Amino acid sequence: MDVDFEELYQSVILDHSRKPRNFGPLPDPTVTVAGDNPTCGDEIALSLKIDPQADKVAGVGFTGSGCSICMASASLMTLKVKGKTRAEAGALLNDFQGMITGKTPEAEIPKALGDLRLLSGVRKFPQRVKCATLGWHALKGALAQTEGAAKFSVDPKDADL
Amino acid sequence: MWLPLFAASMHDLAKHAPAAIDWAALRRDFPILNQEVHGKPLVYLDSAASSQKPRQVIDAIVHYYEHDHSNVHRGIHELSNRATAAYEGARERTARFLNANTPEEIVFTRGTTESINLVAATWGERHVGAGDHILITELEHHANLIPWQQLARRKGAELLYIPVQGDNGRLDLSRLDELLTPKVKLFAFTHISNTMGTVNPAAELCRRAREVGAVTLVDAAQSAGHCLVDVQEIGCDFLVFSGHKILGPTGIGVLYGKPERFAEMPPYQTGGEMIVSVDWHEAKFKPAPHGFEAGTPHVAGAVGLHAAMDYLDDVGRRNIWEHDRDLAAYTYTRLSELPGVRLFGPGTDRAGLVSFLLEDVHAHDLVTMADGHGIALRGGHHCNQPLHRKLGVKSSARASFYFYNTREEVDKLIESVEKIRAFFAR
Ligand SMILES: Cc1ncc(COP(=O)(O)O)c(C=O)c1O
Repeated sequence: MDVDFEELYQSVILDHSRKPRNFGPLPDPTVTVAGDNPTCGDEIALSLKIDPQADKVAGVGFTGSGCSICMASASLMTLKVKGKTRAEAGALLNDFQGMITGKTPEAEIPKALGDLRLLSGVRKFPQRVKCATLGWHALKGALAQTEGAAKFSVDPKDADL
Repeated sequence: MWLPLFAASMHDLAKHAPAAIDWAALRRDFPILNQEVHGKPLVYLDSAASSQKPRQVIDAIVHYYEHDHSNVHRGIHELSNRATAAYEGARERTARFLNANTPEEIVFTRGTTESINLVAATWGERHVGAGDHILITELEHHANLIPWQQLARRKGAELLYIPVQGDNGRLDLSRLDELLTPKVKLFAFTHISNTMGTVNPAAELCRRAREVGAVTLVDAAQSAGHCLVDVQEIGCDFLVFSGHKILGPTGIGVLYGKPERFAEMPPYQTGGEMIVSVDWHEAKFKPAPHGFEAGTPHVAGAVGLHAAMDYLDDVGRRNIWEHDRDLAAYTYTRLSELPGVRLFGPGTDRAGLVSFLLEDVHAHDLVTMADGHGIALRGGHHCNQPLHRKLGVKSSARASFYFYNTREEVDKLIESVEKIRAFFAR
């Protein structure tokens, strides 16, 4: 297997794609945002429970199906976002976007991204960036909203989160 | 006593059998195939999406631009005459390629998609009304689905589908009697399915359509460059295909139509080239084919298409058909021997492509990893989303073949699929 591909499909990523964390419907969510990528049919619905006092993500869950990059990225994202304030989650989103689109130089990828940095190899595969960002599009939508449900489709040409 | 006789019959056989084709030499006509991707020799198995181009086609286009280019039908000077002759020569060549009666039955378009949209926007707009039926099949590429879906919505007509049986990709033709009624104004179907590799009985379907007075459109995007396509034998009203899938350039396509159909169609686009005379408040339009070709056409595209058709007929489309089908059958058998492979399309009588899925491996992951092995596959819904939905899958991987592909390349594909399976089973 080529080095690049080893990097793209590291065992942590495969593990998260097979056994996604926080997978399943979240009871009593504050917001639920469902997104799909019409070019490949991948779908992710992300639910957040927001603690209104602290404005914190108190609970998170997602459902859906997608390729290993899509599922692993969403799974890793839920682990990171739990317990964060809306502002902190927004900052995480920016960091991730910078990394995945290649805007942030390799050496400057924030340590704070933790295991999410294992997805940095995706930037070498422009066709797959969309896969890695689907769950994050849902997060962006969920953070922008105070309650209720929403649905969106990812524009396949738009790499920005 | 029998020895000389045997020798004679062998000699006879050799004389009448088609000359053995040197496929390896033909492959060398395709400069693009001689390269490495990701450090591996390129194995191009995506010809159903777009074929590669032989040197002869590339040279014809270069020669045209270096020697003969000008606008067509307009000038009186030498180059304009040459460009016009090249363009109309390509039309005449296309008529022969399809065994059409006259070049006037050939309209050049941008491709299959535009050809179908043209028919929907002109013939369809004029002849399909509220309550009428349009019949298509569940196998259709979006290009042969959405134009009819939107026409039906505009007109209040009903869009009906001949169902696909399931993973085997065959149409359930037992439903034909019930679906193909005199209410059907137009019956459009694909000759060969780009997802399943199913070969539909085009002549038989057109015969049935004639019995109820339905006009037929055959999507030959996947067949025109792979087997003999004879519009008289098929007996269709319209037949469409794209140049880029049959060794030609992108941006040029064909709409074959019966003269009586063209005669009952309003113009598609209007402007230069397609008019007889123009006044401030009215215009007279040319008949087909020029009446449906507004504006400066893709002359170089037509020139390239002409060279592509010459090339294909030099090789022989019957030979190509056998070659491609042999590779697909070999691929199908080899893949079916692997555990955890789900195959789509008919097990026998399939065209030169195979769609499949690996258990527990998303098609995108499979295609990305195969790319790492130098193998170009298509992954996704192959522009047939509803069909994938019906089969309960989001996407599939597809290997599609042309005469420049080899059994060794199929072996590489199988090796790659095995590696990928092992990798994801870690
Ligand atoms: C069966 C079929 N119909 C229509 C099309 C559309 O062709 P094009 O994109 O060249 O217009 C394709 C190929 O993409 C096809 O395979």
